[in-house]
Amino acid sequence: MTMQAASTEIASRTAAIIDQMKGLEGPLLPILHSIQEEFGHVPKDALPVIADGLNLSRAEVHGVVSFYHDFRAKPAGRHVLKLCQAEACQSMGSDAVAAKVKQLLGIDFHETARDGSVTLEPVYCLGLCACSPSAMLDGEVIGRLDDEKIEEIVAEVRS
Amino acid sequence: MIPRIYIPADSGALALGAEKVAKAIRAELSERGVEAKIVRNGSRGAYFLEPMVEVATANGRVAYGPVKPSDVKGLFDSGFLTGGHHKRWLGSPDKIPFFAKQTRLTFARCGVIDPLSLDSYKSHGGLAGLQNAVAMAPADVVKQVTESGLRGRGGAGFPTGIKWKTVLDTAGEQKYIVCNADEGDSATFADRMIMEGDPFVLIEGMAIAGIATGATKGFVYVRSEYPHAVATMNKAVAIARKAGVLGVNVLGSPNAFDMEIRVGAGAYVCGEETSLLNSLEGKRGVVRAKPPLPAIQGLFGKPTVINNVISLASVPIIMDKGAAYYKDFGMGRSRGTIPIQIAGNVKHGGLFETAFGLTLGEIVDDIGGGTASGRPVKAVQVGGPLGAYFPRALFDTPFDYEEFAKRDGLIGHAGITVFDDTADMLKQARFAMEFCAIESCGKCTPCRIGSTRGVEVLDKVAAGIEAEKNLALVTDLCNTMKFGSLCALGGFTPYPVMSSITHFPEDFKPAPARVAAE
Repeated sequence: MTMQAASTEIASRTAAIIDQMKGLEGPLLPILHSIQEEFGHVPKDALPVIADGLNLSRAEVHGVVSFYHDFRAKPAGRHVLKLCQAEACQSMGSDAVAAKVKQLLGIDFHETARDGSVTLEPVYCLGLCACSPSAMLDGEVIGRLDDEKIEEIVAEVRS
Repeated sequence: MIPRIYIPADSGALALGAEKVAKAIRAELSERGVEAKIVRNGSRGAYFLEPMVEVATANGRVAYGPVKPSDVKGLFDSGFLTGGHHKRWLGSPDKIPFFAKQTRLTFARCGVIDPLSLDSYKSHGGLAGLQNAVAMAPADVVKQVTESGLRGRGGAGFPTGIKWKTVLDTAGEQKYIVCNADEGDSATFADRMIMEGDPFVLIEGMAIAGIATGATKGFVYVRSEYPHAVATMNKAVAIARKAGVLGVNVLGSPNAFDMEIRVGAGAYVCGEETSLLNSLEGKRGVVRAKPPLPAIQGLFGKPTVINNVISLASVPIIMDKGAAYYKDFGMGRSRGTIPIQIAGNVKHGGLFETAFGLTLGEIVDDIGGGTASGRPVKAVQVGGPLGAYFPRALFDTPFDYEEFAKRDGLIGHAGITVFDDTADMLKQARFAMEFCAIESCGKCTPCRIGSTRGVEVLDKVAAGIEAEKNLALVTDLCNTMKFGSLCALGGFTPYPVMSSITHFPEDFKPAPARVAAE
């Protein structure tokens, strides 16, 4: 697909989402979540369409998208692994867990493995603080991480 | 009667393998040709016993835990469907010490009922509060909530009834109830548990708030890190709407109230009420200056009640049993019960609902059972990332809003993180600054820039560069952040930092022995 065609495609799918949701009170966040679900990220080409559809300036839309940690500018890997780095998990050794995962995957936080298998992110609390250290793999929660569980996770994201 | 098996679908239980246990139980049932009904309940909150499976027997419920998939065959062999003995047998859940010692008002049904069965909710006392509220004048509902002494459970501890009265007394064509379910503080999971384990109690609380203040629309703003809570709440709202609990005629009354579930996008600061309102409106989650109070100009500039999940979920029992009943629990100006969340490096971690007034030591040592690692407790952080670190010397502090304030701390959303003696308090102080830098909305300079400077200065202390001078600088910086920030993020980050410096000075001294050895 040419770049022009890709951008038209993004614009039309974005417009469809906006049409469906713009009746909501305060529709921007729900729209951005839907766009990210549709494309795996919030494409740059979607922003002017949103601005137009909601009668906002492009700067306002950009300001909102860039404010929130959840919205990605580019697609994530096939898996997304989030490791909790907040205090309760710190008290149970989340630093060591993060170091081990980074070493096994060969990537740091906010990076995607070169083969596109996994994106690694820190998260500040999953509400699993009585079963620390915890993680979330593709929306599935995992508690009391130990070496065995870490190795299982790494094997799963690589398979 | 076919046997009933309860397997929690609470995130915490799932994180500990509840889904695998459920799968093993289903497989075993079909292999043995036994018919049973599996109920996916919430968690009762004893995470050291999760996954905790229960069976309903002729003599009441019998619990087993923590159950591993490999235990399942043995459980069936031991006749667990009729409460048979097994190494995982715990007996009646009500008699397990961790539960027996609690006073469950807000969490009475959590972990007990099927979260998405409205019939089950009603048969356990649900909707009685709303039923009473629809028959009362709005001002009387507000009066009852005010008299109960209920204070905001999100952390600020502002009297809920007074907030409601302001909204009731403010004229407006449209008013809103906003539920703050952006539970971002580490060590807290009470909101998540109630949304996953007893969603109707929150819906009922919001409907009561709507009737009391004349608001017809509610929003629950749930953080995106809680996908299971979002899913359960969405289902529960649909069920409540179909049953007429929500809609144009709440429980057949002339009162209209409906609600929507909204999902955050990973910004900690959106737990601050004005920033949350901006986020709901589709803006950057930047903090607003107060006044105007949200009660007067809140969501879309309209009068808005914004309350934490637990505040709203505590309202139904107040409207059911009366203000005096609720107020009877607690101490001083902290009335009722508080779900304390015991987390981190602790043996018996979980949610413990009790009247205000237990001492920190009782909570950590007696209920929590000390550290999970078996090492001595060094510090406990009370109130999440913006809460102070308490040393053992302050373990006599009673769990009460004012008592904690007197000791330069806060109870916040009632989360407690336990650290053993391997904790490095300089590192914890640095993290507090770092977290503030990551999550600052950017509005106030002391928070936006001070947090980054705080990290740098603490790094100098750690490197042994003019430690004394730099600690004085951190203290001065904390003072500026405390008084120069609009919200609790910049304003309270000094609590963990200063409490670490004050109570654990040895961790901030240069380490001559370490330097000499290198």
